[in-house]
Amino acid sequence: MTRLVLRRFASALPILLMVSLITFALMRLVPGDPSAVIAGLSATPEQIAAIRADLGLDQPWPVQLWRWYAGLLHGDLGRSLLLGQPVVEATFLRLPVTLALSAYALVITLLFGLIAGIIAALRQNSWVDQAAMLAAMLGISVPSFWLGLLMILLFAVNLHWLPTGGYIAFTDDPLGWLRTSTMPAISLALLQAGLLARITRSTMLEVLRQDYIRTARAKGLPRHLVIFKHALTNALIPITTVIGITVSLLISASVVTETLFSIPGIGQLLTQAVLNRDYPMVQGGLLIVTALLVLVNLIVDIGYALLDPRVRYDTA
Amino acid sequence: MSLLKVEGLTTAFKTSRGEITAIEDVSFTLGEREILGIVGESGSGKSVTALTIMGLLPNPPARVASGEVRFDGKVLTRLSDTRMQKVRGSGIAMVFQEPMTSLNPVFTIGEQLMETLRAHERLSPRAQRERAVEILTRVGIPSAAQRLGDYPHQLSGGQRQRVMIAIALSCRPRLLIADEPTTALDVTIQAQILDLLMDLRDEFGMAIMIITHNMGVIAQTADRVLVMYAGRIVEEAPIEALFERPTHPYTRGLLECVPSLDQDRARLAAIPGTLPDPARRPRGCRYAPRCALRIEACTTAIPPLLGIEAEHAAACIRAIPA
Repeated sequence: MTRLVLRRFASALPILLMVSLITFALMRLVPGDPSAVIAGLSATPEQIAAIRADLGLDQPWPVQLWRWYAGLLHGDLGRSLLLGQPVVEATFLRLPVTLALSAYALVITLLFGLIAGIIAALRQNSWVDQAAMLAAMLGISVPSFWLGLLMILLFAVNLHWLPTGGYIAFTDDPLGWLRTSTMPAISLALLQAGLLARITRSTMLEVLRQDYIRTARAKGLPRHLVIFKHALTNALIPITTVIGITVSLLISASVVTETLFSIPGIGQLLTQAVLNRDYPMVQGGLLIVTALLVLVNLIVDIGYALLDPRVRYDTA
Repeated sequence: MSLLKVEGLTTAFKTSRGEITAIEDVSFTLGEREILGIVGESGSGKSVTALTIMGLLPNPPARVASGEVRFDGKVLTRLSDTRMQKVRGSGIAMVFQEPMTSLNPVFTIGEQLMETLRAHERLSPRAQRERAVEILTRVGIPSAAQRLGDYPHQLSGGQRQRVMIAIALSCRPRLLIADEPTTALDVTIQAQILDLLMDLRDEFGMAIMIITHNMGVIAQTADRVLVMYAGRIVEEAPIEALFERPTHPYTRGLLECVPSLDQDRARLAAIPGTLPDPARRPRGCRYAPRCALRIEACTTAIPPLLGIEAEHAAACIRAIPA
């Protein structure tokens, strides 16, 4: 197990390197200049040039890249051009918001996805199955921003049950957090829950056909043990992979959702940074998010090993 | 009094081409401590017979269309699934063909054995462990106490089948159904497993129903034999009678297919043709299209199972009573 963890950490390094290179290159390939944004609309070309020189943006790309990497090795991700804050500080200020929202969405995804998938598999081809799969298909096909807008219209504008947007931290007011986070979490979770329901259903159906399920029944085990112990434990192995991907997708989908519901999370932070060509913020923020996703995948791999003894022994 | 009595059992499956009967009008009895062999080709209905008795076929698509299974005074075909659970594992246990896939890969063999005990008996965790070690030792797993924590993938095929037998025997069933228990194993292991089953029959005083396509396995173990073809019993006989006076042309064909050392033949014998498609079975005797002794009358009606001598019956109009 220790070797598995160490190996995964080692393989994270090239991933982080690649992501840093890609974001660095992409930011410089898109037109636009942070100096112009900082200088403002009425600035003269000379003023802009002075800011460019000040930020080091007049240097050739390799020099800029080298300076950034040199900073990284010292643990310095630079300062946001727009906020004036260190990138690390700005990111970690916003990260808990996104993580809390993603966790909420994940709970909704797991609850609906797993339950709908299992019930559909156990009642294969019945109306329950067909209704669950229709709902799942709908969840997958409806764009989350559109659903978000509809929910805002219905629950906030018309019924006044929930606020249209904004954010209250869980630590400040748990109930307020629930009121501000429920609609964004549902709109984030719907697609994922639909996918998970479909995958859970097909995985369960596959597992229920296995010989060891017949053995479990032949031993005279009660139905709940056959399904929840023997079938579900095996079905969870492939489902775990999907959950890992779900977490990654939830975090990236928060970009749209946070903008829509004006939630000050990492998605909103990075959107603003991209729009204003805040190079250090985009580069540093994405690097931290990437590291986070690598960590999520590591946790998934550990979950794998816990569920499946064959993986555990192969990597021992 | 017989332990198991199967009467006129017909199991049908819903398919896209309509309902198809996998077994038809199957009747037989099995006495205490008796070893009954069921032999036939793949698709002859041997396994469906066993799974119907166990109530393990998924319904739908499968259903018992007619007939009944009586075991130990209870009509199994009429029991609810919850009550059938009590019979499975403790009254009738089953061992399957594929030891490689019949054990759950994510639980230890100790857990898979002890959960069976828990399902049928009230035992303390310590008593469960003791019983598990005892039964594993009995089926020939060396240093069983240390193996309880092993996962199936750490065992060989022969050992896994021994574990399967241990699980089946853990609650001392009165009938053990072994469905091709040795087919997936190599020949030396095969003989060991069969010997083990015979010993256990004597020791536990249980009856065994052994399902196989292998005449050698039948000769080595069975007291009495049923020969099945295309879902029906075509011959029933005590073991000596079957090998000395096989009556149904299909049985004779099967026996001729068994290679022997004193035969001077370059090619293995085989029965020409294949089993009929269950959806398009011939109208009369199912074996008629492949039968060398076929006459006109064979194709008009299904021949009934008729006695030839004591305990020996065949479903063939060309069979001449001795």
